[in-house]
Amino acid sequence: MSTTPVTADGPAEGGPTGDAPVAPGTSPRRFTINVRQSGIYVAFALIVVLFTVLTDGALLQPQNISNIIVQNSYILILAIGMILIIIAGHIDLSAGSVVAVTGAICAVLTVNMDVAWPIAVAITLVAGAAIGAWQGFWIAYFGIPAFIVTLAGMLVFRALTMTVLGNQGIGPFPDQIRTLSNGFIESYLGNIGLGPLGGADLLTLVVGVVLVAGFALTQWRARKARLGYNQIVDPMPVFLLKIGLAGVIVMAVIVQLARFKNLPWVLVLLAVLVLGYSLLTTRAVFGRRIYAVGGNLQAATLSGVKVKSITFWIFVNMGVLAALAGVIFAGRLNQAGPTAGNAFELDAIAAAFIGGAAVQGGVGKVVGAITGGLIMAVINNGMSLIGAPSERVMLVKGLVLLAAVAYDVWTKRRAGAAH
Amino acid sequence: MTDDILRMRGITKTFPGVKALQDVTLSVRRGEIHAICGENGAGKSTLMKVLSGVHPHGSYTGEIVFDGQPCSFSSIRDSEQLGIVIIHQELALVQQLSIAENIFLGNEKASRGLIDWNRTNHAAAELLRRVGLRENPVTPVVDIGVGKQQLVEIAKALSKEVKLLILDEPTAALNDEDSAHLLDLLRGLRDEGITSVIISHKLNEITEIADSITIIRDGRTIETLDVHGGQVTEDRIISGMVGRDLEHRFPPHESHVGDEVLRIEDWTVHNPAQGGRRVVDGANLVLRRGEIVGLAGLMGAGRTELAMSVFGRSWGTGISGRLVKDGKEIHLKNVQDAIANGIAYVSEDRKRYGLNLIEDIKRNVSAAGLPKLAKRGWVNENEEFSVAERYRKSMNIKAPSVLTTTGTLSGGNQQKVVLSKWIFTDPDVLILDEPTRGIDVGAKYEIYTIINELAAEGKAVLVISSELPELLGLCDRIYALSEGRITGEVERAEATQERLMQYMTKGQEQRP
Repeated sequence: MSTTPVTADGPAEGGPTGDAPVAPGTSPRRFTINVRQSGIYVAFALIVVLFTVLTDGALLQPQNISNIIVQNSYILILAIGMILIIIAGHIDLSAGSVVAVTGAICAVLTVNMDVAWPIAVAITLVAGAAIGAWQGFWIAYFGIPAFIVTLAGMLVFRALTMTVLGNQGIGPFPDQIRTLSNGFIESYLGNIGLGPLGGADLLTLVVGVVLVAGFALTQWRARKARLGYNQIVDPMPVFLLKIGLAGVIVMAVIVQLARFKNLPWVLVLLAVLVLGYSLLTTRAVFGRRIYAVGGNLQAATLSGVKVKSITFWIFVNMGVLAALAGVIFAGRLNQAGPTAGNAFELDAIAAAFIGGAAVQGGVGKVVGAITGGLIMAVINNGMSLIGAPSERVMLVKGLVLLAAVAYDVWTKRRAGAAH
Repeated sequence: MTDDILRMRGITKTFPGVKALQDVTLSVRRGEIHAICGENGAGKSTLMKVLSGVHPHGSYTGEIVFDGQPCSFSSIRDSEQLGIVIIHQELALVQQLSIAENIFLGNEKASRGLIDWNRTNHAAAELLRRVGLRENPVTPVVDIGVGKQQLVEIAKALSKEVKLLILDEPTAALNDEDSAHLLDLLRGLRDEGITSVIISHKLNEITEIADSITIIRDGRTIETLDVHGGQVTEDRIISGMVGRDLEHRFPPHESHVGDEVLRIEDWTVHNPAQGGRRVVDGANLVLRRGEIVGLAGLMGAGRTELAMSVFGRSWGTGISGRLVKDGKEIHLKNVQDAIANGIAYVSEDRKRYGLNLIEDIKRNVSAAGLPKLAKRGWVNENEEFSVAERYRKSMNIKAPSVLTTTGTLSGGNQQKVVLSKWIFTDPDVLILDEPTRGIDVGAKYEIYTIINELAAEGKAVLVISSELPELLGLCDRIYALSEGRITGEVERAEATQERLMQYMTKGQEQRP
């Protein structure tokens, strides 16, 4: 049985989509229906392999993996906020400017006014929320397209950045903020020898093992719950294979990080955000309604979804995440500058679309956006390792973005050809 | 021999799963006004689309002879070149452009690629004089009323040297004065030798203006009446339009009518787009437990507008009137209020307003009742799955699993998904707007069965339908709506199509 049993005339009543029995325990759809979604992970794996070969393995060296994560953390954080906005059918062009202005606010608070760093960070996040509320108001309640509102925001918040900074960089930041951006978790448990791989941080390894075990356990429990509801699940070997594969990949990265220094703080932060936002988008009523709004605005409205409120809050959320990225970026450079965050929004948007978001809205995943961001990060990093000039990096990134969206449009056209 | 400007013979047009036209014949004499009558969905508009090339040659069978020439139009441009111009019900004017620009859109008065504005505006003024519209040609179309816009459309048609002018429901959105002016204009054009084909539901206008009338029913030509030859009354037309027998297309229905659930009192709604035109005017309806109530009305009568405005003011402005639910007055400010008060509305356009076509069955079923599946904001996905699975079985939704994307389902199965979504919200009142539109006969029967079951469970059901046999076969009681007013209320036993059609076509001038 095929996955898209739709004839050229459209499915007739009781026709090909008819009640073909599905034997329990087998799922004709599960493996194939997600081709569009899983294509991105395959592409990511291929790109990693490609650059590992091209760089003679330098790409996967412990320090390089750590670098890729730390250098791109702020883009990935922005991508999380951006994917929610894109799922809802909007866009945010102001993210880079918001990164700049919130970094500047944090700098003025900590450097010029000597505010304690936790309070300063909290105030900065609130400022980000206020910026998001400002934009969300015009978009959701006043009805101005997000493209225009955030284009204006891009200019306004860049201007505010310059005003706040008095047109010069402010730094250095307190150590704690720099640690959050650049630093690693202390080596509380000391090192352990891994034979030919040399020494590695024990705490990191423990965290890795706990993570994989927790992942396996939750998957196992979810599987059991589904079986309890008489749902179709993956056959046991496939289930074990998936868990095993995920475990091996996570542990490989963890081991490499443990061999370098330790877990970067931003990675911990990112992991928490990815987990939290994945849950929000898949399991929370709020998250599910973002998809409803983006998938069919009128149908969502007529189903009792508070469309305006949802639109407003995803922009508030974007503001907070942009402020977080702003703090981390400024901490990493140890200075808040007037040009900080330039064009970050474009990287975040590209990450979302490479990660499988649909231009029309209604489709997208947090993990997809993160993968999209990592694809660009690996291309950036890999190409600079082999000494490619920056114009060529830009060229490749542009073409990858185009190819990703072309693939999305193509698969959709094929799926929709029957209608 | 009569001089026919147009002969369409044996026209058959099939859409996936539906035969829209079957062996239709239409002959229009030169220089007459020819009316086409039929119920909604009878195939009138499809026939005109075949004629004008919107449905290109090859997508239908049969032959078209215009002005003695066999025609095979592949686009609307081809038909326009021969002088066939169609004016659709929804006007195709660019709102922000001027009258003159609209008249010559796609046909610009230009030399060497540059538009000659003096020539354009002068020619436009001349055309406006012909249609009796006193407006400056440089006025943006958005600034003139819908009646005048209709005249601009006709001026545009005249600019193309029109020989056969087709008007689809030209007066549906017009007030009486504008309608009268338009009909006068058509008579004037007839005297100039221009043939018109007019599709209209307003039978009084048709008997007044038409020289001959072709009646279409279920995609077939029923008859052509010569208005001058004998007395053609509105009743005569109605009997031609509805004259079909009721087959066994409806499941048996036993009614157990209970207490009043919802009373709609003095309900008035205005159209935000058409300058605040009143589309529902002081309507009064009563819905009772276990009762299936029909709402009959022609296109533009205000049925959907009435339903959606009741459903949490999801359409319209200037809404006034009272809603009394279970004896208590309720105020529904939005859709959430409506759902919370046990009211559900299934839209006539399920693809635009009913479904998220890129999502699966499960997520569509849960869309309106999602809070019921959640604890503290978190959805229990397994519970959601089993709810969807339950409806897939009980509603007989034909799909391999509830993870099937709704966009790939057939119309009948999509409608069952939408119904499931609303039944899951556990409403007391269900408003079903054209619940069987675009659905095959077999699936229609299933939908009727579901509606019967809902009533048997004690829910009040209001069915809006353009198909009178459907209302007659399904409903305990039927309201007729005409031009925004409830013009009649008929019990099942006394209901006939002729009687309903009389109420439905009752214009305001005929009311005492």
